[in-house]
Amino acid sequence: MTLMLSAGSQQVFAQSDTSDNDLERMLDADKSATKKSQFVSATFKSTHIVNGQSIENVGKGVLDFRILHRFGTLNTGSENFFGLDNAITKLALDYGITNWLMVGVGRSTFDKEFDFFTKIKLARQKEHKAMSFSVSYVGGLYIQSLPASTFHLDTGQTYYFSNRVCYMNQLLIAHKFSNAFSMQIMPTHIHYNLVDSSKNPNDLFALGVGGRLKLSNRIALTGEYYYTLNPFSEANDLPVHNALSFGVDIETGGHVFQLIFTNSTAITERAVIGQTNGDWGSGDIHFGFNISRVFTIVQPKEFKNSRNKIW
Amino acid sequence: MKKNVIITVLLTCCISVAFGQKYLTRTGQITFFSSTPLENIEARNNEVAAIVSQQGDIVFQAPIKSFKFQKELMQEHFNEEYMESDKYPKADFKGKIDNLSSVNFSKDGNYNVKVTGKLTIHGVTKDVSEPGTIIIKGNDITVNSKFSVATVDYNIKIPALMAGKIAKSIEVTVNCILSAVK
Repeated sequence: MTLMLSAGSQQVFAQSDTSDNDLERMLDADKSATKKSQFVSATFKSTHIVNGQSIENVGKGVLDFRILHRFGTLNTGSENFFGLDNAITKLALDYGITNWLMVGVGRSTFDKEFDFFTKIKLARQKEHKAMSFSVSYVGGLYIQSLPASTFHLDTGQTYYFSNRVCYMNQLLIAHKFSNAFSMQIMPTHIHYNLVDSSKNPNDLFALGVGGRLKLSNRIALTGEYYYTLNPFSEANDLPVHNALSFGVDIETGGHVFQLIFTNSTAITERAVIGQTNGDWGSGDIHFGFNISRVFTIVQPKEFKNSRNKIW
Repeated sequence: MKKNVIITVLLTCCISVAFGQKYLTRTGQITFFSSTPLENIEARNNEVAAIVSQQGDIVFQAPIKSFKFQKELMQEHFNEEYMESDKYPKADFKGKIDNLSSVNFSKDGNYNVKVTGKLTIHGVTKDVSEPGTIIIKGNDITVNSKFSVATVDYNIKIPALMAGKIAKSIEVTVNCILSAVK
């Protein structure tokens, strides 16, 4: 009888009070048990911080058309329009095969280079966790298509196709500290099949660091620095410096504009990280910009029956 | 004496079962649609939590980050720039059914209801009163409603550049199937 009583009274307490607050508590209480922690989003605005890759991928079925420009150095003076008279251009198409795998192809003016990359998300930072990181792997392949006659080859030496090729392995480890501030470190290995001096290493190791500071919801400052552990002694017959770049990201709808200042002439990682000739101290600073425009190619399957027909 | 207590308890218990039954879901759907001559935008959220009691109390909670868009970038902008979902992670509604007497929870059927309460979006709370229907079928009830939300009412800022692409008034559709809580 006592058992019945206690069972009955429990039910009374459980069910008698139904103000909104209690209903809300009921929703919250139940949710905390099953709540899955969310992944952070938008660590960076774009798939690239400045010259190098960021932890961000484009989504599944999204094509990103990128137009990249680097002008000459500011210290070339007014007769060269502070560098605007000459420019390096790269056009690139990046595509998200899945939400964790993206691939890209590009062609840039510098050394008439084709480049290919794949970026794979290995881990994603969880919200409200101090020791949680996003990790991605980037694999790069670079093929120069300059005519063989432009290389300084010893007499009788054959210029093989493989001599044109470089590879990159890179890890991206990023943490979004707050809505406004994110950082990333990038341990990088680049293999050059052919280097123009025996003093230059075929395998270059570098550690990059990059960051973003949001000034408003649509504007952010970015920076990127690559420290080379075993630097080239010279490249393009000039001394080599570590690459340091700063940028401003401006976002408008489907576009991201990145206005940048960098000491790198080239745009691909193998040249930026290993073979940057510019020296910030002597004013070898290039103005440039990246424009990214995304197109959603494949409709998410949740929207198959949508009344919004945009495909 | 003891008998009386038991009877009273059992009676209250019965009454509370009859009047205190609650219905709950965590997989309710809320969609919204913004229509302009330049662009239509649709988003869907299938992770809406809702609870309705037979006393006519209603609570809805929609996690903002669970709204999915047709274009991925829109979703990012929605969270980052418009709804600021890190600051305001959910939208919710707390209210009551005005015409509770016209709903018979123990009889299957469609009931037109009017719901009045407080709607909180983007940290701004407004008093709202919207029509809807409740469909009762056994232990499940389906809550449907369609109403409009003006972005300006909830302090959601739309930059001039995007003003032509985002409607001033967004059509919100609620479709939640709630099951009786045992």
